[in-house]
Amino acid sequence: MVDKPHLDKEALAELRDVMEDEFEMLIQTYLVDSKERIDSLKGAAMAGDSDAFAKTAHSFKGSCINIGAPRLGELCRNAEKIGQNENLAEVPPVLEAIEYEFQQVTEAFGALMERGTG
Amino acid sequence: MDEPAVESGPLKILIADDSDSDRLILKTLLRRLGHLVLDAANGEEAVALFRSGAPDLVLLDAMMPAMDGLEAAQEIKRLAGERMVPVIFISSLSEAEDLARCLEAGGDGFLSKPYNRVMIKAKINAFNRMRLMHQALSDQRDLMHERNRQLLEEQYVARRVFDNVAHTGCLDAPNIRYHASPLSVFSGDVLFASPRPAGGMLVFTGDFTGHGLPAAIGAMPVAETFYGMASKGFDGSDILQEINQKLVRILPKDMFCCGTMLEADFTLSQLKVWNGGLPDGWLVRASGEGFSLPSRHLPLGILNADEFNADMEIIRTLPGDRLILMTDGVLECSSEEGQPFGEQGVRRAVESAASGQHPFDALMNAIQGFTGRQKFGDDLTLCCLEMVDQEGLSALPEGTAPSTLAGPTEWKCVYEIRERTLGEFSPLPLLLHICMEVPGLRRKSGEIYTLLSELYNNALEHGVLELPSEWKYTPEGFGRYYSERTARLSMVSGHYIRFSFHHEPKQWGGRLRVVCEDSGQGFDFENHPVLQATEMAQSGPRYAGRGLVLLKRLAESIRFHEQGSRVDIIYDWYF
Repeated sequence: MVDKPHLDKEALAELRDVMEDEFEMLIQTYLVDSKERIDSLKGAAMAGDSDAFAKTAHSFKGSCINIGAPRLGELCRNAEKIGQNENLAEVPPVLEAIEYEFQQVTEAFGALMERGTG
Repeated sequence: MDEPAVESGPLKILIADDSDSDRLILKTLLRRLGHLVLDAANGEEAVALFRSGAPDLVLLDAMMPAMDGLEAAQEIKRLAGERMVPVIFISSLSEAEDLARCLEAGGDGFLSKPYNRVMIKAKINAFNRMRLMHQALSDQRDLMHERNRQLLEEQYVARRVFDNVAHTGCLDAPNIRYHASPLSVFSGDVLFASPRPAGGMLVFTGDFTGHGLPAAIGAMPVAETFYGMASKGFDGSDILQEINQKLVRILPKDMFCCGTMLEADFTLSQLKVWNGGLPDGWLVRASGEGFSLPSRHLPLGILNADEFNADMEIIRTLPGDRLILMTDGVLECSSEEGQPFGEQGVRRAVESAASGQHPFDALMNAIQGFTGRQKFGDDLTLCCLEMVDQEGLSALPEGTAPSTLAGPTEWKCVYEIRERTLGEFSPLPLLLHICMEVPGLRRKSGEIYTLLSELYNNALEHGVLELPSEWKYTPEGFGRYYSERTARLSMVSGHYIRFSFHHEPKQWGGRLRVVCEDSGQGFDFENHPVLQATEMAQSGPRYAGRGLVLLKRLAESIRFHEQGSRVDIIYDWYF
């Protein structure tokens, strides 16, 4: 199953280096963006639109990898495949896993921010 | 390109990604690298920003709402037109088919997520190099097009200047046929023809070494010399010497001009030919017989004046005889198999011409048949002159309009040439020039020249050299006459020819009196048939007789003194 870490410390260190003062804003942007994507995934699942489901999962996956949230990225990859295979029966468990992991990531980022600013 | 491509120079980069966080990362990365960034959240925005911002490089997410990356790439490439704007897809796609679709849509490469600073920098530099290379190539291509356009324009301007100097002379005369491209001067070919003041024609064909402007520049002084001297009455030999001397002076060592000069005298039915370096000319008799006239001299512009031989071969002709001149281009015409037309081609065409077919047509047809579908033209000049009765030619125009300047009206002048100069120099152009200072006489240059040349030739050949004119009327005598003339000229001693002019204005115009005296024995003018006959009909082309008839026709009065060695002529002109 998914055995990647919640956050990729190394990638985040590099991002912090690149973004400097804007690092915090980037994380906030990611979190807001991700919430919207999860809502989109739910909407697509309810509408039974597997193509939209796969595309949203694909984009979501990209931003997770970029921001340094590999485990959530991996879950998105699973969701993308399920959508591509039109395997709608498997949608609820993966959506649930994504939502749960997003909670973890949000908390981890929260801790990181506190450490960063404190 | 003049400046080296600066890899590290800032670029204007358009990025499009629907993920806000990804866009933020990429934008920051690129800014840190020193570039200017335009960012869009979907394909439509990307295209709009491309239009307004004209970026150097585009980074596109493949999958976006409101026009995805593939569509946006196609639109951007279309808008860029000939400009090379690299489009790089940012993608986490990994299927080969998906990647291939990106390239088909006009993408130039990929950048994968997660972003890697080192990779991004290297990619952007690589694509920027490609962009600059393309820019340099298309700039050079545009420059070349522009230069070529300029060159053509310059050639047309130069051609117009050249035409003003060279005009077509009398190439349109009914007894001349020719083929010469209007731009042939840029392949080094020239063709001039001019009527002579006393009748007859001069034709010159030349072929300069080299192509383009250098060849054309050499043609200018040749044209000016030819037309200037021909209209003043100089003969072919004089003009050749002048052209040669001028070209030796102005042309670089490796440049010269192959040429053929043709001097046609229709009243004497005589052709003079000089060929220096051009292909054989061809004399095609009215009977169809052909004779080649090979080059016997070095081209013009090589030898110094003292080594240069401008003697022209003299050929007796009959009306209907034709002389063909051509440049190398005729021999160099190639068949579709690459075979040259060559001298054999010309010989075959001339000799196998159907009876009644004009040899010019025969030759042109042969060239056309030989080259087939290939084009020939710019570097091929061909000219054919036909010997005709002088009367058969329409009258030449009466020279230039009278000048508004009054010019000299009352003057006297004596000019005498003596001894060896008699054999080396013709005073006719100078004497004509003096008379042409009178505006009223300028319109009559042909008649004046004829008067002067008849007087001078009569004084020289029959007075000083004592050549019997009867010799000229038999084929054997003709050759003897001219060889004897040359021989005697080189031994002239104790002789002179003196011209005295007196011009005075009259109420109705002016009167020119010319007295020509020579140191010779004179001739029996009392018993000369022409001088006694009331009607001027002649039994044959008797030269001396013909000359006297001309003088009588042109002059108001003509009187002979001292055994005919002094001739006194009065010529009147009217307003």
